Amino acid sequence: MDYFDILISILGSAIRLSIPLLFTALAGLFSERAGIFDIGLEGKMLASAFAAACVAHLTADPWLGLLAGILVSIAVSLIHGFASITNRGNQIVSGVALNFVAAGLTVVLGQAWFGQGGRTPQVPTEGRFSSIILPGADAVRGVPFIGPLYANVISGNNILTYIAFLMVPLSWWVLYRTRFGLRLRAVGENPGAVDTAGISVTWLRYRALIVTGFLAGFAGTYLSIAQSAAFISNMSAGKGYIALAALIFAKWKPVPVMFACLLFGFLDAFANFMQGKSVPLIGEVPVQIFQALPYILTCILLAGFIGIARPPKAGGVPYTKER
Amino acid sequence: MSTASVQLPGWINYCVIPLINLVLAFFFSGLVVWAIGENPFEALQLLLVGALGRGEGIGFTLFYTTSFIFTGLSVAVAIHAGLFNIGSEGQAYLGGLGAALVALSLDRYVPWYVTMPFAVIGSALFGAACAAIPAWLQAKRGSHIVITTIMFNFITSSLMNYLLVHLLIVPGKMAPETRTFLPGGQLPKLDWLIALFGGKLGAAPLNFSFLIALVMCFLVWVLVWRTKLGYEMRTLGVSPSAAVYAGIPYARIVMIAMLISGGLAGMMALNPVMGASGRLQIEFVGGAGFVGIAVSLMGRNHPAGIVLSALLFGILYQGGAELSFDMPSITRDMIVVIQGLVILFAGALEYMLRPAIVRLYQQVGGGR
Repeated sequence: MDYFDILISILGSAIRLSIPLLFTALAGLFSERAGIFDIGLEGKMLASAFAAACVAHLTADPWLGLLAGILVSIAVSLIHGFASITNRGNQIVSGVALNFVAAGLTVVLGQAWFGQGGRTPQVPTEGRFSSIILPGADAVRGVPFIGPLYANVISGNNILTYIAFLMVPLSWWVLYRTRFGLRLRAVGENPGAVDTAGISVTWLRYRALIVTGFLAGFAGTYLSIAQSAAFISNMSAGKGYIALAALIFAKWKPVPVMFACLLFGFLDAFANFMQGKSVPLIGEVPVQIFQALPYILTCILLAGFIGIARPPKAGGVPYTKER
Repeated sequence: MSTASVQLPGWINYCVIPLINLVLAFFFSGLVVWAIGENPFEALQLLLVGALGRGEGIGFTLFYTTSFIFTGLSVAVAIHAGLFNIGSEGQAYLGGLGAALVALSLDRYVPWYVTMPFAVIGSALFGAACAAIPAWLQAKRGSHIVITTIMFNFITSSLMNYLLVHLLIVPGKMAPETRTFLPGGQLPKLDWLIALFGGKLGAAPLNFSFLIALVMCFLVWVLVWRTKLGYEMRTLGVSPSAAVYAGIPYARIVMIAMLISGGLAGMMALNPVMGASGRLQIEFVGGAGFVGIAVSLMGRNHPAGIVLSALLFGILYQGGAELSFDMPSITRDMIVVIQGLVILFAGALEYMLRPAIVRLYQQVGGGR
């Protein structure tokens, strides 16, 4: 196998691994830009993965699975909102709590309903999002360089992958070109000013969290019925936190979020590829280095060595109207 | 008049409100149990009997309690300085390396009571080292401590997995763990403590680190409420700008508070590594660092409260294990749900019922 083929296969798997990160990071983008820290992305992902797998198993319809995933994820998001907006609780504590509830409840319910140790039963093939061969993929396969790239990296993914990449410009447009987006960004920087302008801070932040739940629902659905064919206990395996790292790495901006997620996805794919292989002169590189690299990079960024990551000013602070 | 500014007496703030929140968390947990077709009261009874019914059960309960006291204290010390340390999990994991290195190098030569002080220092140093970089980033570069400690949980986990799989593993063995320490590197079991109450410890791993944990509770109380450093930490926690105005060095106090917090988390490793299994195993922390968050919140960040809430979670962990044995439809993950609900109600929603309680208190006539 020559180097180009290897690169193509790594790129293909990098795309597949970065899609859940991309949905989740964009989800986090909306809540954090509105001034609500969201540690609970991981939990939303798990809850929606579980819901999607259950419904897709029962109905054999991936779209109903997606709908269930989105609804459950929005519900979790609204609980986060109830705690951190309505009751002005600590947003981080609320996120941590919801992660625990989601991690536990998915397994408890899964065991009670299906009795397979927390797994859901296999989702039938027609209940999954299967890969789509784009037109002309087979025709151009023979063309050097561009052919395999088109046939194996760009084509052959499932519909959620393409939706994920569409969500990037869409998120940018919503955040930077609509009235809702302008207000959302304002409420993350200076909620007092937004309130003075006669706009409800509470309602605006709730709407931001609904968008967050909506996007995180895609991520969970992708995990359980696109990437695999069942829900497995704790299947998000820290992806919610990597997505959070990607969001910070991208300095809370939609297009850089995409590149950060692709980078972290690539690192993951590269680590899988390097497992057990040795590099000339260095010897075998431990996979743990690649696993830790996204987090190390984010810390270096946060330290201010690669530009400055400036979070939304009002992030994490509950808004109190009366003084 | 707004209910937020009404002062409530201490017994309501520190007893009634946490209790009501706890009851709510258990009510919702009961709903989950009921929803999957089991009797919540029967489940509760099985849980309590499993945790407290026999000497061995109590031994396991106190074993878990020990770990949770350490991590709870770790979270609490940081909270007093206004810092939210989510990294106790990783700090405890690295602390295990410190304890194991001491035990591996001394166990051949000296008895356990000589090894122990070095192991306490070793585990605390390694735990503190893991907290040092996030602390420095917060103190000097203004990076958010929550984010960096989360990142460090993952970095530590990768590092420890690498060390265990490649360096510390016993050659020729499959399991990524160190060799079993000789008795000189193990903490003795506390059979006599259970025997004092007429029970038998049996196979339960309750060990000497339980007493270390209680000593640490006292030391943390002294530190936070009886020393200048503790006063400076609390001032910083209430208002960083007031603290700086009063001449309290921000960066220094943040560093010290986080190092102490990390050290306490690191000491948690003494319990499973040197007390229970007698070797360093992969992922031995098993979520105790995160339970520390719940323990600290429930215990209102006070050592006495932390002991009580650590005991509560110890009962949940041990009783939950027994419960899943007796009621196969309820898995051990039910504990995780209860834990999450406790954090939600005691932490994030702690003010939800306050207005109602204030109104009730004023009507009854105590207020004004």
